[in-house]
Amino acid sequence: MPQKRVSLRINGRDYTHEVEPRLLLVHYLRDMIGLTGTHIGCETSICGACTVMLNGEAIKSCTVLTVQADGGEVLTIEGLGRAEELHPLQEGFWECHGLQCGYCTPGMILAAYQLLLRHPDPTEEEIRRGLDGNLCRCTGYQHIVDAVQYAARKMRESK
Amino acid sequence: MPISKLVGARVKRREDPRLIRGLAHYVDDIQLPNVLHAAILRSPYAHARIRAMRTDQARRHPGVVAVVTGNEIRDQVGCVPVASQNPTLRVPKRYVLAVDKVCFVGEGVVVVVAEDRYAARDALDLIEVDYEPLPVVSDPEKALASGAPVIHPEWPDNVAFRFDLKQGNLAKAFKEAERVVKQRLIHQRLAPIAIEPRGVLARYLPGEDELTLWSSTQIPHILKTQLSVMLKLPENRVRVIAPEVGGGFGSKLNVYAEEGLIGHLAIKLKRPVKWIEGRRENMQGTIHGRGQVGEVEVAVKKDGTILGLQYRVIADIGAYHQLLTPGIPPLTGLMLSGAYKIPALAIEVTGVFTNKVATDAYRGAGRPEATYVIERIIDRVAQELAIDPVKIRQKNFPRPKEFPFKTATGLIYDSGNYQGALNKALRLSGYQGWRGEQRKLREKGRYLGIGLSTYVEICGMGPSAAMPAGGWESGTVRVEPTGKVTVLTGVSPHGQGQETSFAQIVADEFGVPLDDIHVIHGDTAVVPSGIGTFGSRATAVGGTAVFQAAQKVKEKAREIAAHLLESDPEDLVFSESRFSVKGVPKKGVSLQEIALEAHLARNLPKKMEPGLTATSVFEPANFTFPFGAHICIVEVDPETGRIEIRKYVAVDDCGKVINPLLVDGQIHGGIAQGLGQALLEEVVYDEEGQLLTGSLMDYALPKAEDLPRLELARTETPTPVNPLGVKGVGEAGTIGSTPAIVNAVVDALAPFGVTHVDMPLKPEKIWRLCREKKERRAEGAG
Ligand code: FES
Ligand code: FES
Repeated sequence: MPQKRVSLRINGRDYTHEVEPRLLLVHYLRDMIGLTGTHIGCETSICGACTVMLNGEAIKSCTVLTVQADGGEVLTIEGLGRAEELHPLQEGFWECHGLQCGYCTPGMILAAYQLLLRHPDPTEEEIRRGLDGNLCRCTGYQHIVDAVQYAARKMRESK
Repeated sequence: MPISKLVGARVKRREDPRLIRGLAHYVDDIQLPNVLHAAILRSPYAHARIRAMRTDQARRHPGVVAVVTGNEIRDQVGCVPVASQNPTLRVPKRYVLAVDKVCFVGEGVVVVVAEDRYAARDALDLIEVDYEPLPVVSDPEKALASGAPVIHPEWPDNVAFRFDLKQGNLAKAFKEAERVVKQRLIHQRLAPIAIEPRGVLARYLPGEDELTLWSSTQIPHILKTQLSVMLKLPENRVRVIAPEVGGGFGSKLNVYAEEGLIGHLAIKLKRPVKWIEGRRENMQGTIHGRGQVGEVEVAVKKDGTILGLQYRVIADIGAYHQLLTPGIPPLTGLMLSGAYKIPALAIEVTGVFTNKVATDAYRGAGRPEATYVIERIIDRVAQELAIDPVKIRQKNFPRPKEFPFKTATGLIYDSGNYQGALNKALRLSGYQGWRGEQRKLREKGRYLGIGLSTYVEICGMGPSAAMPAGGWESGTVRVEPTGKVTVLTGVSPHGQGQETSFAQIVADEFGVPLDDIHVIHGDTAVVPSGIGTFGSRATAVGGTAVFQAAQKVKEKAREIAAHLLESDPEDLVFSESRFSVKGVPKKGVSLQEIALEAHLARNLPKKMEPGLTATSVFEPANFTFPFGAHICIVEVDPETGRIEIRKYVAVDDCGKVINPLLVDGQIHGGIAQGLGQALLEEVVYDEEGQLLTGSLMDYALPKAEDLPRLELARTETPTPVNPLGVKGVGEAGTIGSTPAIVNAVVDALAPFGVTHVDMPLKPEKIWRLCREKKERRAEGAG
């Protein structure tokens, strides 16, 4: 299969690779870059486990080709916070028990990240609606809502 | 008695840091050099003979290393095992890949192994299979009719097993009844849908003759035993690792064809092989839950006293059994008595083969069905007799002093205070106020409904005598020479948080900081023995084993301390991780010093073995029986069929609580799944056995917006079954919630003459029902 050259900036680092044009972004991130924090739960744009930020927007990386992301900037869960300095969302999920098995969590956190960029002070309803593209089978979402509220508060306070 | 510091506290989870940073390792995140990828061609037919197969083109495809069919390996890999026993059980052979015939859509037919995932999937398209379609039966009731298509020729009646349970004088109960109420109930099939699909990675080292298999499983130790049988390997050469597991809900409490198949391929090809399930495969090939159609009949007195109950049920088994398939419907039978005194009771289960994937344990596993039957029928009775649903429940509850309470089904409920939980739920929900509101709104043509569920469930599984593959659990506690504590547990948590709660238990025993404790699970080469995580058993059984192991370690430490301090063990007190001589606090020795001494072994009491470690295997004498009261308030709009949940109060009693944060999480998640069943979820097959809900686009999983904010509270009735007093909470929310919601909707629609609606209560169904009832009334009036 012919290969195509792509260059991406991922979590602040530059990468260039030859890839098959059909290679999905999620497989590129996981298999070629080794960033396995982005998960796959459905391959059909429903569950949101594969959510990452591409050029400032949350996207489902299971239905984006790597070549479509060429030249773009990607943020994955691994680039969001550090051990000593968690992102307020990560902290919120931890504090509020916003995860159980953790499989949906990276995607959920990045979807919430976009939500808070757009609505720094969301109501519960806005949070629930804003996370409609992300499924969690474990938590029943209530603690996830609490986690996002926690992060929103913390981010507003630190401004 | 040391003052408990951590047990009972809302401790943040210790597993979270790796998960919130994307650093955890689920099966697909594990990278092995030289790994091959497997993809499986699955049957598009629900029932067909395989006439011929052409695989040569696939074999020649670049990157393909092997193509294997069922016939080629039928003698090399054993069949998929069934653990649940029943004298009437019929077990059709289920090969890991179909041999000559397929019996459900999604059954594996050919496996391709290639250098990368894409090549393996491409090659699937190059395989030609010539199928001869056979008549299909997908509806379990139709499968029992004479002349129905036969799935396994050995058993032309399609009956998979029967299970009967009869206690008390039912004939007398029905003769003395002042009223008999009957209801047909459907418990639709559900898909468990862990967000991480299943996955298997296997590596065989020919020199060492060792197979290591990573699987997204809830039962690594049971899987190890079963794999060794399937693959004809000595069990001590098989190691199973459950790495991070992304949810299970029973769907990973199994031994699947792919686990045997991938293990076999790794041995045969002498290279690691990985198979990751796609969501479509997951919907088709991973077990489903529920799938019962039954008729319940109850004999009552006019005052609401229940005299007897009968339930005849058809259980939709699917084409083959999986590990526990035949064990699930009997659990429904055992729990039919619910939270009530029912002197006479009978259940008749007929397990029926259908051309579908197997049903097996899905969160609740047989108990949600039982709870739904009893909680629905008790509301039907209340409605018929015009008794308040609260009163009828109170009338039939056993009193707290009647515990341990023996049910007609032969169970012994350990402890309970059903009135207490209900009273609390009534108070918190403002029940009486809502009844007033309901009357007012009805006058305005608005339909508010109040639904109750006072459930009891069976968990803490369980005494080995009553379990298909052992009910004990093991725990090992080891104080390392540096004083750090390692805990090994045979349970296999995958979201429940026992790395935290077990550390809490040990931290309190030893008086050491949580951070000094590390809990290891899921690796059969590290954890000496175990059963696994299911049946809400992990803390009640596994936590107890850990607790007892910690106590043994402490006893040994006390003896060493006494020896070092030249004092009598009885004269020592333990506090702040230190033994000291009573009344002489300065004269003491820390646990860390004792641990070091235990390992250096230069100055130990005579005949004492070196080291500071202990293992305990806890065998529970009984199950545990958590209970609770859920109250749901809904408003139904007959014009659109939409159901709005206005309030949801859950009072649950799971005995002693180690970590309230985790318990809340379990209840939330459990209710979400129970609500999913009540309102949204349904696996649908058509007459031809085609799966119409084969992706997440067609199967409605609850989203954040679909769920209300839940109000939780607890009562605490410890169990006498284990020294921790904990009962278990993993499934309670699912078991308790479904009938509360359905009862609320039926209550809302009572003015339309509605007495029952089958789940899921989709808007369309509600809208149609309201319209029909209205029309019929208009006709009646006209
Ligand atoms: S894996 Fe991308 S949305 Fe589910
Ligand atoms: S935490 Fe398991 S799916 Fe969300």
